[in-house]
Amino acid sequence: MSNEGVIYRISGPVVTATGMNAAMYDVVRVGHEGLMGEVIELHGEKAVIQVYEDTSGIRPGEPVLNTEETLSVSLGPGLLTQIYDGIQRPLATLEEVMGVFITRGVDADAFDLEKKWTFEAVVGKGDELASGQVIGHVQETETIVHKIMVPPGKSGKVKSIKSGDFNVTQTVCTLDDGTELQMMQKWPVRSPRPYRQKYAPDTPLVTGMRILDFLFPLAKGGAAGIPGPFGSGKTVTQQSLAKYSDAQLVVYIGCGERGNEMTEVLDEFPHLIDPNTGKPLMNRTVMIANTSNMPVAAREASVYTGITIAEYFRDMGYDVALMADSTSRWAEAMREISSRLEEMPGEEGYPAYLSSRIAEFYERAGRVETLNGDDGSVTVIGAVSPPGGDISEPVSQGTLRIVKVFWGLDAGLARQRHFPAINWLNSYSLYPQSLDQWFRDNIAQDFPEIRTQVSGLLQIESELQEIVQLVGSDALPVDQQLTLEVARMIREFFLQQNGFHEVDAYCDINLQYKMAKAILSFQESAKSAMASGAQLNDVVNVQSRTDLMRGRFEKGYVDDIDDMVKKMTAEIAGTVEGN
Amino acid sequence: MSGKEYRTITDVKGPLVFLNKTEPVAFGEIVTIRLSDGSIKNGQVLDTSDDLVIVQVFEGTAKINRESGVTFMGDVFKLPVSTELVGRILDGAGRPRDGGPAIVAEENADIIGAAINPYSRQSPHDFIQTGISAIDCCTTLVRGQKLPIFSASGLPHNDIALQIARQAKLKGSDEEFIVVFCAMGITAEEYNFFRSDLERTGALENAVLFVNLADDPAVERIITPRLALTAAEYLAFEKDYHVLVIYTDMTNYCDALRQIGAAREEVPGRRGYPGYMYTDLAMLYERAGIVKGKKGSITQFPILTMPGDDITHPIPDLSGYITEGQIVISRELHQQGIYPPINVLPSLSRLMGSCIGEKTTREDHKSVSDQMYAAYAQGRELRGLVAIVGEDALNERDKQLLDFSGIFEDKFLRQTRDEDRSIDETLDLCWNLMSSIDTKYLVRLDQKWIEKYHPDNKE
Ligand SMILES: Nc1ncnc2c1ncn2[C@@H]1O[C@H](COP(=O)(O)OP(=O)(O)OP(=O)(O)O)[C@@H](O)[C@H]1O
Ligand SMILES: [Mg+2]
Repeated sequence: MSNEGVIYRISGPVVTATGMNAAMYDVVRVGHEGLMGEVIELHGEKAVIQVYEDTSGIRPGEPVLNTEETLSVSLGPGLLTQIYDGIQRPLATLEEVMGVFITRGVDADAFDLEKKWTFEAVVGKGDELASGQVIGHVQETETIVHKIMVPPGKSGKVKSIKSGDFNVTQTVCTLDDGTELQMMQKWPVRSPRPYRQKYAPDTPLVTGMRILDFLFPLAKGGAAGIPGPFGSGKTVTQQSLAKYSDAQLVVYIGCGERGNEMTEVLDEFPHLIDPNTGKPLMNRTVMIANTSNMPVAAREASVYTGITIAEYFRDMGYDVALMADSTSRWAEAMREISSRLEEMPGEEGYPAYLSSRIAEFYERAGRVETLNGDDGSVTVIGAVSPPGGDISEPVSQGTLRIVKVFWGLDAGLARQRHFPAINWLNSYSLYPQSLDQWFRDNIAQDFPEIRTQVSGLLQIESELQEIVQLVGSDALPVDQQLTLEVARMIREFFLQQNGFHEVDAYCDINLQYKMAKAILSFQESAKSAMASGAQLNDVVNVQSRTDLMRGRFEKGYVDDIDDMVKKMTAEIAGTVEGN
Repeated sequence: MSGKEYRTITDVKGPLVFLNKTEPVAFGEIVTIRLSDGSIKNGQVLDTSDDLVIVQVFEGTAKINRESGVTFMGDVFKLPVSTELVGRILDGAGRPRDGGPAIVAEENADIIGAAINPYSRQSPHDFIQTGISAIDCCTTLVRGQKLPIFSASGLPHNDIALQIARQAKLKGSDEEFIVVFCAMGITAEEYNFFRSDLERTGALENAVLFVNLADDPAVERIITPRLALTAAEYLAFEKDYHVLVIYTDMTNYCDALRQIGAAREEVPGRRGYPGYMYTDLAMLYERAGIVKGKKGSITQFPILTMPGDDITHPIPDLSGYITEGQIVISRELHQQGIYPPINVLPSLSRLMGSCIGEKTTREDHKSVSDQMYAAYAQGRELRGLVAIVGEDALNERDKQLLDFSGIFEDKFLRQTRDEDRSIDETLDLCWNLMSSIDTKYLVRLDQKWIEKYHPDNKE
């Protein structure tokens, strides 16, 4: 057999070829137009191929050519600020070649192969190089130094290396055994990139969203799932994380979702400033957009393309955050392909291997010691779109079994326009233990205790609410009425955060702590005023408390909040005399 | 290049025909099937191999037998498009239904449609005034948006869709929309209602109708919306028109999809609908928008009826996951005699933020909309509480909010079928109605707007 075969059958995105020498995951070219595909099953003579482009009009008998490469991404300077489809074709290039509609049969390099980058060698002649070792630097964007590494699997003694201006395919370093190294390397997307060892995470990914950082923190190198029905805020949350989280690099995968949402990101990010570096956000971002109407096989591949790029930057010692919106669409792509293969289905028609694929994907998150000996991490945040919002379905369940953070979005809260609509009663994070030391050392000694108090109040509120439903709040004793007021303050002042407000959308973690403390001081002073005879109504309605709460929409709040709390305390104390 | 006729049908099942030993047939190729009485049916290739070809027949497989002749037409389904489409009525497969001549094609467009490159899209931001207060104030429509109506049987979704089609305009412009109307399995009565309304208002001259009625072939419904969208894309992106696509009823479309899935013995997803229904619907809904370098736009108004009034049913559920919001019609409001019975609480326009404000609608729009929504939501909630504890248990604020919820429905929601309120009228109305609540309880209104717009502060 040769590397050329013919099409035997076409059924949607799945094509069967005969007469071709093929191995699993080989990339093939299908039909006269050379559509890109990947071998996903072998049956004797026949190779089953998933095709990354539309197959209408293709006929049995057309040729299939095996490239004998596995599906890989190109890695090197030029990745940042790009927007790719699921198989790493830059959408800007596709537009140049095909116009505004994506037609088929077009190849595109992942980035400019001709562009010259200034390579600065950091090793010298005679140095012994190991796999993954950094050999030089390229200042790729204003904020990111792209570290050029020996590809995994290669090593040896440097025969020659030169600094200077090169494009990504020119040799910058030669080893004694004749191996030539370029700035670009390739990596098969379905294999995790190697590292020395995984560490337990101990640093939070600070997101600037109060409910996340304060109540349900995610660790750098951790994994989180955000399930929620349509319109509950998955995309807004993911986009906020892409904008404000303190990762050094962000890979954003729009997997089977709306075209306009990607456009929004493209319009917005170049004008947004990263609060952590003060530089445009686009500089640290790679985007993958395989929208719902683009081919499903490429959607299936998109999450692998994304996570491989994330791992590559991790290997340079960076903290990378990856958002996948939505992993349910990825799972559905698997289901669709699997049903075309006439595989025996598992639950709800999903393939039996669904949960292991989900687990393997999230396992590629982690904080690691890189081959170069640095500390790097990939944090994964996956949106889940359960049918009807019911998370008893296989994708949600497969995700919850593996992630340690669950941010559960709630249709009821979204309907009340309580945003972010994350349900504080059923969401959880299993990281606090490992992160508490960081919070104590970096924010405040009593940070974990304050968190416990705040979440305790929310718990009590939910119990009291049940009584209120039956008898109305006036029937409760005043101390419990106060508790309800405090809890309301937590919800409206602290948990609610407008993702579109220019000031409120991002809240510094130190400010978060101060705001939480402010609520507790309100509770304290209200209690003691009421013990001396003040009326609940007067205490609650002091103007300085309203000012304190409104203040969060103003710039410079972090400097003013202490004074505002002092004023509030004084004014509340004053309500005693008024009695 | 229509070729040889084959008489190699082996099996017929539901809407599918299976045949073997053919020349290589293309995936998606168009097929005609000639019956013994000489009549012709049309179909499309769903699966093709050296040994077996599966054809989906649009008109149903009645009367097809092993003697029927199958011809492969050499090409995938294409719609002849030209500006002559405007003013025409076509059937669900794109043939004239109005007795007029065949469309002379300027080009033949593949009806599957290619995906718009997300990089080539432009964010929609032009406010469309529908003249319906509930929509303009609370779930504002944007040109290039896909905003479905989630309704249920027996509710006046058609009236609302027509009212929108009649009244929709850009603020301060009389640029007209071309309406592309696509009927899928609706009754002749509903269709006549649409047609006569479009005729009466003269809109028919600026419309293209694709019509598949309840007694037309069910499987044909799979292609009807694709024809409509192909026409829409041609008019919008080749001919610079702003196109409003109304299609009804998506529920019938999804049921046709389910029928084919079942005949292919596919493993079904939820409630028997195919596992790929999300992708399939996305291939329709995503054909809305605005693209770089083109003057026209496509705005979509799909109408669907929720089986059992259940918003978690796969049809509304999967739609809601793709569209940019939804307008939910409420049976309860309808029964109270309110038109349009739009429940603003579960309704949402996700693109609203990009099209309201000083430069487009009015500076106070966001503030007013938030406050109207919040006050109504609280009022509605109090109705539940009052049912248990009685109205006397309410404090002054709650009493006002409770009353407001009634005023909201009676004065704000309610309008006549030809009442076309400008956005200024709508917002002024909001201020008037909100003045029944003490300003101290209107916490979502900015002080500066209260000073400028509140009736107490005007003259
Ligand atoms: N943090 C927030 N602040 C303000 N508004 C929000 C926030 N989160 C969500 N919203 C509102 O909710 C709407 C829907 O949010 P979003 O698009 O993120 O939902 P989703 O869960 O991604 O839905 P789908 O599954 O359909 O994609 C937004 O358009 C916005 O109006
Ligand atoms: Mg979303």
